Amino acid sequence: MEAWRDILKETWHFYKRTLILVVTGTRYYYAWCLGLLAFIGAGFFFYLKQHEVGLIATNMNDLVSWGLYIANFTYLVGAAAAAVLLVIPSYVYHFKPIKEIVVLGELFAASAIVMAILFVMVDLGRLDRFWHMLPFIGSMNFPQSLLAWDVLALNGYLFLNLLIPVYLLVKFYYRKEPNWKFILPFILLSIPMAVAIHTVTAFLYNGLPARPFWNASILAPRFLASAFCSGPAIIIIIFQIIRKVSLHPIEIEDQALFKISELIAYAMFLNLFLLSAELFKEYYSQTVHVASFRYLFEGLHGHNQLVPWIWAAMTMNVIAFFIFLIPQTRKRLVTLNFGCLLIIIGVWIEKGPGFVIPGFVPDPLGEIYEYIPNLLELMVSLGIWATGLLIFTLLMKVAIPIVTGEFTHTKYEKETKF
Amino acid sequence: METKKYTRREFIRNASLTTLTGLSLPILSSCAKEEVEDFLQKHFHEMTEEEKRRVIEKLEQRYFQKYGKQFQISTKEAVPDMLWGYGLELSRCIGCRRCVYACAKENNNSRHDPQLHWIRVLRLRRGNLINLENSEHYYDPDLVPEKGFIYLPVQCQQCQNPPCVKVCPVHATWQEPDGIVVVDYNWCIGCRYCIAACPYKGRVFNWAEPKIPKEEINPIVHYLGNRPRMKCAVEKCTFCIQRVRSGRYPACVEACPTGTRKFGNLLDPKSEIRYIIERKRVFRLKEDLGTEPKFFYFFES
Repeated sequence: MEAWRDILKETWHFYKRTLILVVTGTRYYYAWCLGLLAFIGAGFFFYLKQHEVGLIATNMNDLVSWGLYIANFTYLVGAAAAAVLLVIPSYVYHFKPIKEIVVLGELFAASAIVMAILFVMVDLGRLDRFWHMLPFIGSMNFPQSLLAWDVLALNGYLFLNLLIPVYLLVKFYYRKEPNWKFILPFILLSIPMAVAIHTVTAFLYNGLPARPFWNASILAPRFLASAFCSGPAIIIIIFQIIRKVSLHPIEIEDQALFKISELIAYAMFLNLFLLSAELFKEYYSQTVHVASFRYLFEGLHGHNQLVPWIWAAMTMNVIAFFIFLIPQTRKRLVTLNFGCLLIIIGVWIEKGPGFVIPGFVPDPLGEIYEYIPNLLELMVSLGIWATGLLIFTLLMKVAIPIVTGEFTHTKYEKETKF
Repeated sequence: METKKYTRREFIRNASLTTLTGLSLPILSSCAKEEVEDFLQKHFHEMTEEEKRRVIEKLEQRYFQKYGKQFQISTKEAVPDMLWGYGLELSRCIGCRRCVYACAKENNNSRHDPQLHWIRVLRLRRGNLINLENSEHYYDPDLVPEKGFIYLPVQCQQCQNPPCVKVCPVHATWQEPDGIVVVDYNWCIGCRYCIAACPYKGRVFNWAEPKIPKEEINPIVHYLGNRPRMKCAVEKCTFCIQRVRSGRYPACVEACPTGTRKFGNLLDPKSEIRYIIERKRVFRLKEDLGTEPKFFYFFES
């Protein structure tokens, strides 16, 4: 009885404190959260319209049947997979500066996966039949359909990236040493799972001979390489913001950021190398399959909407590569941040719209439709990004004080000034 | 039909759906009973005969209200020892698109916003055939055929190895024993993966609620074929399953004024389609993709 009462009391204490943590903050914090909520509300409002009239409310059609939603989905799966770049140095090589922040990286991955799943949900024509896809309840086409694989892989990865940080945070909260025998297998499993989610996402496109642009075996490695650029770039920026605005001073050393940026340099080299390998094959052999590349890089039969975008992306990626390659620019926060921004945008164009749209152009019967997302797609997408950022913000608001030891079990509380 | 056993799978589903329904009772109670029924409708393959009958009754009522006609919805199964094949004589096609419009009418396709066609006729300058990038889809002359051009009609090729079926995440589309690839429109989740996977553009999507003028509706329908569809589900050519399973030709074969289109049972050595395959110059579109289409283009030998 006594024990139960204690647990109940402690749980109540935890929730009360969490609530207080979440609702108190600076003026900027309120502005940020309210701004995000406004975007979420607007996105939801636009989505309701799409739900009402059908996907005709978007600019997609039978020619380009996936658009901005699936482009964002692809990008975010990559961003989520990139958490592995924090997990390996911290848990496998015990690189201390990163080990201190790895929990935050995992929560970032979880938020990214939530966004990725939301992007698939809004892309579904019949959200009401979503349950048809659930294993055991519906009739999932496993193992034949790669989309079924993706559902399993994404949810599995989401589960791991919630379980691991939540377990560790609970232990920190009680100021106990985590039971590594229990949690380490999950941590190690999350490494191949990160590779798996992005490989499966690549295979989703890869396995379609009808779309030669995607039907290249180099696709999965390219996906991983670009993911290991963009994901860590986002993490570097986010960590600096956290360091600056968190009310509970958290130790995020420059050393950790520089280590991550070194990894970005390797990844970006691989990314550019793999892309050039693909470009060589297509342009030197000049088969009919070069059409989509033509459409993307130089325009096809006068249709050249994507051309400025992809060249902007290429320029950004190459500049960023040199910034991250040269130690002097990599180890200065100003240039580092500039490089990160270039990569975040450059990779988004390259593997978002620059990857999804050319797969559909020209279509299998040679027709060309120039897709550009409309306001509704834009607003729904912004709404989902805002949702992910809000989730991440709130998670940080609770996780950081736990990591720093300020938000803790009642019996330790008096020691801290919380 | 044998009575089905109550499987573990069904138990899990029923249990979870009951829980889900319970949890969302406040929302569901605001919906009509009909909507709840639609939401919980099973996969076509998992319905008992009794459940199929009920669904069809409901649909007939609904169609009557919407289109003012008494529908006959068939669920006729495939006849044994049948494998449907299609022949199309390229040298005869004049590009008049009568097949396109006969198909849309027979199959209750949405007529506008969006206008959905299951057959698409490509115009190619003489000297081209394989590289479809040189094709014109929206040719509009006063008179066909035009000098210097040939016409290539394309529709679902009813692949024996269909990529669309393979990629569907929910088994909403499958191949029937007589070789026809069909869709359970009530099971499709609208992910459009099959559209991405099809090399022939054999599938189109109801981007909005289909719009069919009342006077043009065709009330003789098959559940897996030309019954009126709903928004945001995929659809495709079924070789007019409602016709061919009752011994008639597909609408496009009947509509063609030049006898370009042939149809028959691939398993019957005496059928017209077998005669064509054995004696004419036959080829299949994008044969190199390994999809094994049952749609044979041919030239006079």
